[in-house]
Amino acid sequence: MLLITCPYCGPRCESEFSNGGEAHIERPKDPASLTDAEWAEFVFLRDNPKGLVLERWNHAQGCRRWFNVARDSVTYEILAVYPMGSPPPALEPRRYV
Amino acid sequence: MVENYLRQSALAHLGLEGRAATDEAEAPVRLHERVLPAAVNLRGDSDDPGFLEAVKLAAGLDLPLAPNTTRGDERRAALWLGPDEWLLLHHDAEPDAESRLAAKLREALAGRHSAVTEVGESLACIRVAGPRAADVIAKGCPLDLHPSVFGGAGRCAQSHLAKTAVTLHQVSHEPAFDVYTRRSFSDYLWRWLSDAAREYAEA
Amino acid sequence: MSGRMRLPHGGQVDHNKPLNFTFNGKSYRGLTGDSLAAALLANGVHLVGRSFKYHRPRGIVTAGPEEPNALVQVGEDPRSDPNIKATQLELVEGLSAASQNAWPSVEFDVGAINSTAARLIPAGFYYKTFMWPASAWKTYEHFIRRAAGLGTSPSQRDPDRYDKTYAHCDVLVVGAGPAGLAAALAAGRAGARVVLVEQDHLLGGALLSASEELIDGNPALDWVRAAETELRQMPGVRILTRTIAYGAFDHGFFGLMENVTDHLEEAPEHLPRHRLWKLRTKQTVFCSGSIERPLVFADNDRPGVMTASAVQSYVNRYAVKPGKRAVVFTNNDSGYGAALDMVAAGIEVAAVVDARPMATGPLSERAEAAGLRILPDRVIVGTEGRKRVSKVRVADLNAEGDGVVGAVEEIACDLVANSGGWNPTVHLFCQSKGKLRWDETHACFVPDQAMQASQRSAGAANGSFGLASCLGEGAEAGAAAAADTGFDAGAPVAAEAEDRDFLPGRWLWLVPSDKPLGKKAKHFVDQQNDVTAADLKLALREGYISIEHVKRYTTTGMATDQGKLGNVNAIGIVADAFGRPLPEVGVTTFRPPFTPVSFGIFAGRDVDDLLDPIRRTPMHAWHERNGALFEDVGQWRRPWYYPQYGEDMHGAVNREVKAVRESLGVLDASTLGKIDIQGPDAAEFLNRVYTNAWLKLDVGRCRYGLMLGEDGMVMDDGVTTRLGEQHFLMTTTTGNAAPVLAHLEDYLQTEWPDLKVYLTSVTEQFATITLSGPNARRLMAEISDAELSPNALPHMGFTAARVAGVPARIFRISFTGELSYEINVPASFGMAVWQTVMTAGERYGITPYGTESMHVLRAEKGYIIVGQETDGSVNPLDLDMGWIVSKTKDFIGKRSLTREDMLKPDRKQLVGILTKDPEEVLPEGAQLVEQVLKEPPMPMLGHVTSSYHSPNCGRSIAMALVKGGLAKKGETLFAPLEGGKVVPCVVADSPVFFDPDGERMRG
Repeated sequence: MLLITCPYCGPRCESEFSNGGEAHIERPKDPASLTDAEWAEFVFLRDNPKGLVLERWNHAQGCRRWFNVARDSVTYEILAVYPMGSPPPALEPRRYV
Repeated sequence: MVENYLRQSALAHLGLEGRAATDEAEAPVRLHERVLPAAVNLRGDSDDPGFLEAVKLAAGLDLPLAPNTTRGDERRAALWLGPDEWLLLHHDAEPDAESRLAAKLREALAGRHSAVTEVGESLACIRVAGPRAADVIAKGCPLDLHPSVFGGAGRCAQSHLAKTAVTLHQVSHEPAFDVYTRRSFSDYLWRWLSDAAREYAEA
Repeated sequence: MSGRMRLPHGGQVDHNKPLNFTFNGKSYRGLTGDSLAAALLANGVHLVGRSFKYHRPRGIVTAGPEEPNALVQVGEDPRSDPNIKATQLELVEGLSAASQNAWPSVEFDVGAINSTAARLIPAGFYYKTFMWPASAWKTYEHFIRRAAGLGTSPSQRDPDRYDKTYAHCDVLVVGAGPAGLAAALAAGRAGARVVLVEQDHLLGGALLSASEELIDGNPALDWVRAAETELRQMPGVRILTRTIAYGAFDHGFFGLMENVTDHLEEAPEHLPRHRLWKLRTKQTVFCSGSIERPLVFADNDRPGVMTASAVQSYVNRYAVKPGKRAVVFTNNDSGYGAALDMVAAGIEVAAVVDARPMATGPLSERAEAAGLRILPDRVIVGTEGRKRVSKVRVADLNAEGDGVVGAVEEIACDLVANSGGWNPTVHLFCQSKGKLRWDETHACFVPDQAMQASQRSAGAANGSFGLASCLGEGAEAGAAAAADTGFDAGAPVAAEAEDRDFLPGRWLWLVPSDKPLGKKAKHFVDQQNDVTAADLKLALREGYISIEHVKRYTTTGMATDQGKLGNVNAIGIVADAFGRPLPEVGVTTFRPPFTPVSFGIFAGRDVDDLLDPIRRTPMHAWHERNGALFEDVGQWRRPWYYPQYGEDMHGAVNREVKAVRESLGVLDASTLGKIDIQGPDAAEFLNRVYTNAWLKLDVGRCRYGLMLGEDGMVMDDGVTTRLGEQHFLMTTTTGNAAPVLAHLEDYLQTEWPDLKVYLTSVTEQFATITLSGPNARRLMAEISDAELSPNALPHMGFTAARVAGVPARIFRISFTGELSYEINVPASFGMAVWQTVMTAGERYGITPYGTESMHVLRAEKGYIIVGQETDGSVNPLDLDMGWIVSKTKDFIGKRSLTREDMLKPDRKQLVGILTKDPEEVLPEGAQLVEQVLKEPPMPMLGHVTSSYHSPNCGRSIAMALVKGGLAKKGETLFAPLEGGKVVPCVVADSPVFFDPDGERMRG
């Protein structure tokens, strides 16, 4: 059970949150101009790295705000929490084999 | 003319008012329903001084800007729900208090991007009070209610309690908490809290 | 007298408070303060079970949670628990326990044939034998499970109450031995919120079993009592005894199980039996002590062979003599403590067999001075005795430690106290993903780098075994933990004590025998899982290299055991066999729970009618009073139908749907999701989330909308109304209210933060009463002040007015195909308005109808239900709803609709289905085929999504998703049903079976 620091409400138990998958995947501005493959990349395909992950979380049973979390998918350590629309902070990539 | 006596609170079917025990004040945990709160959900830009000023004039309350804090008292309060969201509460008010407050706010905020939504009808409020109140809530809620963390009276938080979403408002140091949940969940939450409090009933 | 092996006085038991209990049906007496194991030993009972695989007689080995053999079934059905360790079970008056691993009895065990046939059951036997042929596994499994005796689950429901709670603290201290008490004192004195967890009912840990330790010059237990008194007076300190910290999880989250009432003769009604503490701590100090490692010698599993510290514990803490004549077998100094304590208790110590060349160390020197017979450089090479050890065989160890030389001496005894060194209890540290380091001097794994910065280990758990070190490290770690949470602890003050270690040691992983390994003697590494040294070597010969694979193949350290006794010995044997240094072999993964926990704590009070919320509408009590049967829709409980005068469901639904078509029906539709949408960009927002156009919807008008996921599949549908220029009210399906709001917030906050729109859920602000039927307008006219003419309030129109004197929102929208009004009133007025409607509607025969009739009525009209006609793989074109899909604007999911897969002609498409026999009602879910083969499988075209008898159509009606269905209109398909029945049916021209032109609802 993670302890996630909501950028608005402070540290809260994971059970208050829902995970929104990989962060920084912007909806294409003009979907009609994309090939099937490009569109499928946006809709279906996500990275699943062992190490640093950037992901979206929603404080669903709290303030209902979305935000981004940088997390180590091996240790589950949360390395940073930052608002929607902000670029990710500079962090070690933390890849494991 | 609206026949206000016809209104039913969320827990009306339980007939709670007839049940108050004589030695209730001594009990380690006391539960009761605060019936029919008037409430308005308010959205707007807290960086806009005009917005804050307009709300203050219309509602007679400053909006709390710090997370998890409230303004007002246990009868009239403004609760922080998020960076652009508040819950304005009015207990023991006239039946049309909710629509009047909403109308005043809408008028005051006309032209500003904001949202005023009546929500009191959708809420049930269960008061959990007594020396073991926090222990009962902790059985289903992951918040740390210790005064050194939660902050004591005048603090609020949204979380979950058992399997319901709740807004907690600590209204006194006793401690006493007002637990707001959606109306349809209140029967479940009441039964859950009663069961959770049973351990202390015979203390 | 509480047993013939009881000492007359001493220990932490109350000699004046005897308790009665039964074990395997026989009555015994014990003392208050006993564990079940202590009470059994006091009565001379060593034999407590049969081994898991070989059914060898097994006795009590330890005095703690590491016990491998004394697993008992406690209590009678329905209050019956398997897998309870007798060494941890507090004795209580009337306790009844039984060996769980013996069938038909512990004394006569038919499975013991396995023991003589043991060579047939090597490691991996179950894998090798019973996995082939696969079909026979069911037969084998039954036999194996019965013979293996994993305990019995109760056959009736558990009558006890269980509790669970969240809790928080600054500093969690696991274990209340000297280090834990010192840590808790230091952190508590600094003002931190401390939780001190102790599995025992007494504080003190190993000190409870010690004979003569001194702290600050006084008996150690005096210091323990003073510490407890001080801690109990600190308001910020919570002491949880009888509580096991069974699991360490992420970010300082721990699972603790508290035993609240098992030790009480009569459990008070209001208390839970067990409690789960879901504890979040900022800092943790592991003071979980250490576990003595047995020596792996030939036939080391006979009852009467115990760890040396267990013997000390029974003698000193429980005032029990575990035997009359003992042999001590040790490779370090701590075995001598047991020898000295036994002598003091009047137990004859026949010899101390010491693997070390010289018996040196503070305790061995004392033993020598006391005149004990010490046999250095020697080992036990075998034991004898059927249900109890009767003698040991002793020989000289060679210089390499891998063989014996010279003559074998036999020594008669009924007790063997053995010590192979000590292992810090690192389970929780490792569960927290902490890394271990091999301590060459003490020959054990000790905590190295903690994965979570907030974790420390102290005392024996940290590989510091002397009492002074425990006290010092505990105080230091407690103070540091408090300081890290912002409390000034000052310099830690450590209590004074002697710092005696168990060194020096001569570490042996496998004690050689004069007999070949695995032939005439068994060297048990893991008694609980019946794993021998020979099994480990077999695994290596068969090519297993990784210690994790060896563990799985041999099952060593698996299940409830978690390697507490055998893990390091197993690793040592593997390392020796490979000729590799032990730390290179590494350790296996420690998993929660540390010891078995009850299922009840995870359920807590979330059982029966608290299992899940039951959501009630404001009119729920009316439905109950009027005999409604209910249907669960998500967490909502909705009226399903209202049977009258002994009607069955069919009769009630026929009556209800006819009433709606012929006069007037009323539905409680309060459960529909409602989202209030405000802001200058509200219309633009709707335009992006719905498939159809929203910019030009007039104020006061409603529109049906279909919402897709980005994958193009239908996600939800509903009617949205423009209440004002910048104000909309969206409705969602009952079950989707929360997911839809989350979906909308997601796009608003993350993709289109520039849009000025606010969303607020108002589902429960209103009670929704739907009037439907030809007389709906007449009734509305009588109870409402709304302008109701078709011009003023047309189909898909909205007005605000009063209904029954109450301010209301009236939506003229229809899900039945009849003239309908959805009336929203403030929730608190819902019941009153409903009752007014019922009374005023009497003259029209107003008929309440439930979800079943609603489903029939909408199916007659061919309206879909999201989640019934759709399943996440259905797009709007599949539903033949191309008319609602805008060609000109973008919306969520639009691009997916032109993906190659979405355009295939054989996609499943929604069609109406009519059975050839109009009386035949297809079951929902029935598969449809073009050709019926003799038996399945046959190529399936699709399945029936909705199917009802429709009294208004006078026949059965159905909808189905059929491959290429829209091109199959008029074709005959077949529904092969269970039992060989085949129902022929026709693909209808249209799924709209009633009033296809919609005149009734527009009227």
